[in-house]
Amino acid sequence: MNTRGLRSQLKDSVPVTGLCPQTGAYGVPDTLRKGFSSVKNELVPSHPLELSEKNFQLNQDKMNFSTLRNIQGLHAPLKLQMEYRAAKQIQRLPFLQSSNVALDTLRGNDDSIGFEDILNDPAQSEVMGEPHMMVEHKLGLL
Amino acid sequence: MATLSVCQSQCGGFSFDYCKRNALLEAEITKLGCSVPAARKTGTTICGVVYKDGVVLGADTRATEGMIVADKNCSKIHYISPNIYCCGAGTAADTEMTTQIISSNLELHSLSTGRLPRVATANRMLKQMLFRYQGYIGAALVLGGVDCLGPHLYSIYPHGSTDKLPYVTMGSGSLAAMAVFEDRYKPDMEEEEAKQLVRDAIAAGIFNDLGSGSNIDLCVITKGKLDYLRPHDEANKKGVRLTALESAAEAGSYRYKHGTTGVLTKAVTPLHLEMVEETIQTMDTS
Repeated sequence: MNTRGLRSQLKDSVPVTGLCPQTGAYGVPDTLRKGFSSVKNELVPSHPLELSEKNFQLNQDKMNFSTLRNIQGLHAPLKLQMEYRAAKQIQRLPFLQSSNVALDTLRGNDDSIGFEDILNDPAQSEVMGEPHMMVEHKLGLL
Repeated sequence: MATLSVCQSQCGGFSFDYCKRNALLEAEITKLGCSVPAARKTGTTICGVVYKDGVVLGADTRATEGMIVADKNCSKIHYISPNIYCCGAGTAADTEMTTQIISSNLELHSLSTGRLPRVATANRMLKQMLFRYQGYIGAALVLGGVDCLGPHLYSIYPHGSTDKLPYVTMGSGSLAAMAVFEDRYKPDMEEEEAKQLVRDAIAAGIFNDLGSGSNIDLCVITKGKLDYLRPHDEANKKGVRLTALESAAEAGSYRYKHGTTGVLTKAVTPLHLEMVEETIQTMDTS
């Protein structure tokens, strides 16, 4: 793999920690699926689409905000961001999957279906965090 | 189990878990001098044409999987909405899921607007979705339909580029089909003429492209009316031989007729056998 390609893949991207988390679904490193743990493994995407998919919603929000700013002025994205922030706080308890219906309605995603709704749906995940620990983690006690 | 206790929320969509594993396995297997299985080749002929008051879509029905015909009568004309249909070439699963998702989105869209969806809407949704996945969804589509602005026909490539043309072809048999269109297409054709033209274009794909074969499916869309003809024509009937001229089929089997090879001489020698002795043994059945 050429290093220049790697650098270009990492540049211009929002830094995301834990692109490929070393621990698997059951808490131990999954060597068969992820390979031996190394820093490179954690930083470099394993598929050309992985990074763009990871940041897709973020980039789309950014694009919408800047379009909105050009059309209506700074007040519009600021107000919308405030509403996003408020809508993001409406959540179930940390160990349960939230439907994010308010956020979806604000984004206009509530009347569209994509692969994120039918593949690998987090609401149907088989693993769940330990409730007490997850709440304490969210509150910053842990 | 302290590590399991705080599991981070993951987001839905495609999972890239196995990419790293596959790359790892490929490296190990290549070291041993073996090779990992490659993707199978696909093949299809699909096309569409705009005529006087509608659109005719056509497709063959062979599903190719490398050197194997996986399905002899598969359906390649997919439903998008009551007035829009879509032919798919490329990876069968990808075309199927892509058209199903766009169909669902268009249904939601038409429920919220209360109108029949427009073909341009379907085209925009498809190209934006395919462009997002950068060609990794191998769906090459021919989208056709009739809406409030008349008949429209689009071809959509896997990377998300689209063309709006009066006649389009896609798939490995697209060159054969396009040759027929380039020769015989006229603006403002009648329905029967357009159906015959699409049938001949698909037949050209079936007979000249190894990845295409079997029957010819047609879908005729006009304002307020839909005709899904499956099969419209069987290009290769079993046991029916194609003569030198294409489409001038003549009944017959592939066996040689009696007397094809002339008999030069013929001698019959009767064999006389004499019975010397005959005994009967009873079988012990106790």
